[in-house]
Amino acid sequence: MLRILHDTHIDFIRLWKWAAGLMGVFIVPALVLIPLLGFNYSIEFTGGTALRLKFKQAPNLADVRATLSERGVSGAEILSFGGPDELIVRAQQSEQIAAQEAGATTVVNQIRAALDARFGPDSYEVLGTDAVSPRIGSELRGQATIALLIAFALTLIYLAWRFEWRFSVAAVLATVHDIIATLAFMKYMNLEISVFVVGAILTVIGYSMNDKVVVFDRVRENLKSAKKESLYELLNRSVNETLPRTVMTGSTTLACLLALLIFGGEVIRPFAWIMTFGIVIGTFSSIYVAAPILLWIERKFPRGEGGKTHISASQARAEPKAERKERPSPALR
Amino acid sequence: MSRIRTRLILIGLLIAGSIFMLFPRDTIERVKRGEGFAYDTVRRVPLKLGLDLQGGMYLALEVDESKQAVADKSDALERALKVVRTRIDQFGVSEPIVQKVGSDRLTVELPGIDDPQRATDVVEKQAFLQFQIVDESEALNRSLARIDQILRDLRVEAGTTASDDTAKRPTSTLTQLLTKADSAKGDSARSDSAVTPTTGGPFSRRVQVGQIPGEYFVATRDVPVLEQYLAIEQVRNALPPGKEVLWSGDTTSLGGQAFRAFYVVDSRPIITGEYLQDARPNQSPIDGTIVEFQLNNEGGRQFRRETGRHIQDYMAIVLDDRVMGRPPVIQGAIGTRGQITMGQGRDLREAQDLALVLRAGSLPVPLKIAEIRNIGASLGEDSIRQGLSAGALGVALVILIMLVYYRFSGFLAVCGLAFYSLTTLAILAAFQATLTLPGLAGFVLSIGMAVDANFLIFERIREELERGKTIRTAVNEGFDRAWSAIVDTHVTTALTAAILYQFGTGPVRGFAVALLAGLAASMVSAIFVVRTLFMLWLDRNKTTEALSI
Repeated sequence: MLRILHDTHIDFIRLWKWAAGLMGVFIVPALVLIPLLGFNYSIEFTGGTALRLKFKQAPNLADVRATLSERGVSGAEILSFGGPDELIVRAQQSEQIAAQEAGATTVVNQIRAALDARFGPDSYEVLGTDAVSPRIGSELRGQATIALLIAFALTLIYLAWRFEWRFSVAAVLATVHDIIATLAFMKYMNLEISVFVVGAILTVIGYSMNDKVVVFDRVRENLKSAKKESLYELLNRSVNETLPRTVMTGSTTLACLLALLIFGGEVIRPFAWIMTFGIVIGTFSSIYVAAPILLWIERKFPRGEGGKTHISASQARAEPKAERKERPSPALR
Repeated sequence: MSRIRTRLILIGLLIAGSIFMLFPRDTIERVKRGEGFAYDTVRRVPLKLGLDLQGGMYLALEVDESKQAVADKSDALERALKVVRTRIDQFGVSEPIVQKVGSDRLTVELPGIDDPQRATDVVEKQAFLQFQIVDESEALNRSLARIDQILRDLRVEAGTTASDDTAKRPTSTLTQLLTKADSAKGDSARSDSAVTPTTGGPFSRRVQVGQIPGEYFVATRDVPVLEQYLAIEQVRNALPPGKEVLWSGDTTSLGGQAFRAFYVVDSRPIITGEYLQDARPNQSPIDGTIVEFQLNNEGGRQFRRETGRHIQDYMAIVLDDRVMGRPPVIQGAIGTRGQITMGQGRDLREAQDLALVLRAGSLPVPLKIAEIRNIGASLGEDSIRQGLSAGALGVALVILIMLVYYRFSGFLAVCGLAFYSLTTLAILAAFQATLTLPGLAGFVLSIGMAVDANFLIFERIREELERGKTIRTAVNEGFDRAWSAIVDTHVTTALTAAILYQFGTGPVRGFAVALLAGLAASMVSAIFVVRTLFMLWLDRNKTTEALSI
């Protein structure tokens, strides 16, 4: 029988300060950067125009840029992708966005007219067009925010119903941590926020919740069997017991994402990056973040004596420092 | 044993049902052929591809108020919807979708169209309404024999000396269409007594004379064939002079079969929509449901003269070359105010619809494009290729992990995964969901979610075995104890997917749908199929001491 991480007795909760420190180092710079610089939003959110063009003969990028600004499309971003003959022209300047108030195709037509005049209408073909008016963009931003908030609210309610409010608050707080970390990751990777990326973030939320539910499900089960152990020990035991599954699921999902990263193509790639990071951070936080938060909540708001569980208030308050002295290192028992 | 048998039968039924859903079947759809589009019978797996995979265009349209404010925006949008729908129908796109979104927007999806200019034309062209007199002389009846003869000649010589128009079409498809229509004719003649079939050649035997002169019914499955025939130049020349053939905008059901009407009308309209001022549905105590309309003075004069000349004739109301509703009979000379009687007990909705058509032709709605997304067909092919390679690699990795880590039990789980993939696709086909690139991503991702359930169960079985339980008990306990975690994880993910669906637009929705289908299939696969496989194995090996897990 091939087994990994079998029958472990790692004192994960004791490591929470290390985990918190590590995440602090990762997140804090982003908390400064994001308010200062903001995110780059894709044209679906801001409005603007993006054209994917394929030229018969690879054009000079500077030439294309000059042609466009001569004809009134200034500041357009011109990138080559795929090969030297394929270009993306992206016009996301505020003046162009404003021009699209009158009709989304305004800037598309400007760009095509300019290229027709310089290179001839038969010298290129349009592979793809994206043009969005500013009003649609701002609506979408609102919708995305609402979607995120509702996703939280619903999961909170479901978990509170299935488990108990302490569990659901701990799961949601841990997931909030995952989202902040994912946003920080996006800032460092300079990924722009698109509808796709919002989808990826929502999926990360789903996955992360998933993971916390599995751990808490074990906590719930262990709480029912009356054992003489503190909540601190019980949480650690639950995390350890579910560890093989946590790692196996994480690595299998990562394998799928790896496939998407390698073969999924340009469109899928930002999505795959965010998912990959999200899975890693979600798995990490199930182990190091969710359980310590639950322990903290249990101490702040202890259960009454007549509660559903066998953990008494005094047990929940068991002092971890004392235990630490008994077990100085995260040793395997 | 009987419990296992029931489970196996259930699984067999699910697999059979899934294969049936995914089995390639004949559908009639418009396909691109050369320059234009034509109806054709296509045999394909009933999974629709999204715009991003097959190429196509997505448009969001808004009422343009930059030049003048539009008073009744809701009505303006309804009119615009009517116009855009009618027009796109003639555009010849395989499966266009036009819908109203929110209170002030229309969205249009045009698969296979990759020229933004054409789309802009559709939007910016003004709606065109005309009233045309339906041919009372039944001139087409006399031309039928000649049309049949032309078609017979063409069919015999098809591929050699056929006209340019027919030479573009592959001969095989034309004959295929003809034989298919032959079999269709058999049951239409049997089941239908409401209309009299005319006998004879390839054209006339598909056409049945309607209740009013100049009206002809065609079984909907024959419509594509007839459209092809009518596109042939020689056939067009054989039509009665000064007349044209216009298809009805909707289908009617007669004797349990769907028919579409076409009308032979005077090419010259008696009046056009520009003279029309307003049209409203109403209820009259005498005539029942009616549509009242009003013309301006100039239009009124012209309309009185023309209707006076055509008393007892039928007048087709034509919006953008489609006849809307059944043509009403002209009962007397009509001036500036007229009414169309829909008849006692008729649905008010019909009247509302007709009034909408009239208003759409008289009060054009300026539209502007608020969003346009166009994906070229070649980009779509790239995406399919990438999606398939990603999917194949993902599946291979998952199978490898399962087999190496769980051995025989892993093999059972892989069987469960095969079932999962089949049912997921079948669910997508059953709900006529479109498969998009994000959908493929969602599918690949949900494979990861599906194996999670297996991990939960197997790890649990291992734990129980370690506690010294027998194999049978351990397997049962493993499945029972993992149950709550599996349900909770699936529900939380489903909640997120549902929100994605609710708030997302096109691409995100595709992802959410694939994820939801995957979650449903994964539940069944993990807690039912894999468990049954275990039960079957335990049943066959009653004395076994070891489980390969």
